[in-house]
Amino acid sequence: MIEGGDLWLFIAALGLGTFGLRFVFLGLVGNRPLPAWLLRHLRYTAVAVLPGLVAPLVVWPAATGGALDAPRMAAAVVTLVLGYTFRNVILAITAGALTLFAGLALFG
Amino acid sequence: MRDGAPFVLVVVPFAFLFGVVGTEAGLSLAETMGFSVLVIAGAAQFTALQLLTDNAPALIALASALAVNLRMAMYSASLTPWMGAAPLWQRAFAAYFMVDQSYACAIVRFEQEPRLSVPERMAYYFGVVTPICPLWYAFTLAGALIGNAVPPGLPLDFALPITFLAMIGPMLRTPAHMAAAAVSVTLALIFAGLPYNTGLLVAGVAGMMTGAQAEVMLERRKAARQP
Repeated sequence: MIEGGDLWLFIAALGLGTFGLRFVFLGLVGNRPLPAWLLRHLRYTAVAVLPGLVAPLVVWPAATGGALDAPRMAAAVVTLVLGYTFRNVILAITAGALTLFAGLALFG
Repeated sequence: MRDGAPFVLVVVPFAFLFGVVGTEAGLSLAETMGFSVLVIAGAAQFTALQLLTDNAPALIALASALAVNLRMAMYSASLTPWMGAAPLWQRAFAAYFMVDQSYACAIVRFEQEPRLSVPERMAYYFGVVTPICPLWYAFTLAGALIGNAVPPGLPLDFALPITFLAMIGPMLRTPAHMAAAAVSVTLALIFAGLPYNTGLLVAGVAGMMTGAQAEVMLERRKAARQP
């Protein structure tokens, strides 16, 4: 593993690169109007990225070494359904966590 | 601040874990903190650390960690119509503090209340990060100092998926949003094996295109129905 000055160079480069990705549109485009087709795509950024980020974590949980896990799957379904039905994030998180604890107590 | 509060449950164990893993991998306290303060992106930090301890070339580790963070560019673009009119220094700070949680809270709020003024939006955004980011530093430090005293058995691994699922529910407002989410999930699972997290990028881009296309089709159908 790299050490000392090289490692600090690596950390700084990663920090700078990450900031660049975060700043690129917000900082450089600013208040200039964006074209309609781009805005239409951007409306779906969150709903296109977050489900894709979560799906593998639900189907192949790291905690079980990637094996499908009934308590975690049940918790995921409960959370999503309650979040969709009641539009209440905290309620959904609480119910999902309780489902997970109950499921692990019963089957874990 | 209240909207950011549930993420404390996610950020605290994640940051703590990075502190523990970082020092165990042989990083000094300062180097571990350097990661959390300069990079402030959990998944990318873990990716970089994992590859570095595997003795991967630094450039590969850097490219992989940045690929994990490419979604930040999408977030940045997505927030621009809402926050682009703010002063440059505020936008620079907003960019530094842009994480999955601050983005997800902000975009939900801005879309629900489109009449908020730009200063109100910035205030909301910085309110959300107030409970999140300082805890990220603090618990990396705690993890690095305390080391391997984490109680085993707590299913903290699933805190992040549950939190994001709870946020996705309210986002599924229209058939176009649902189509985008369905395509994203399907492609993310199919392409999960692609190296460097590029599968998520494929899924994200395809999901965005699906949503945009579905919106156009729905609008056309609505227009056709009107006399």
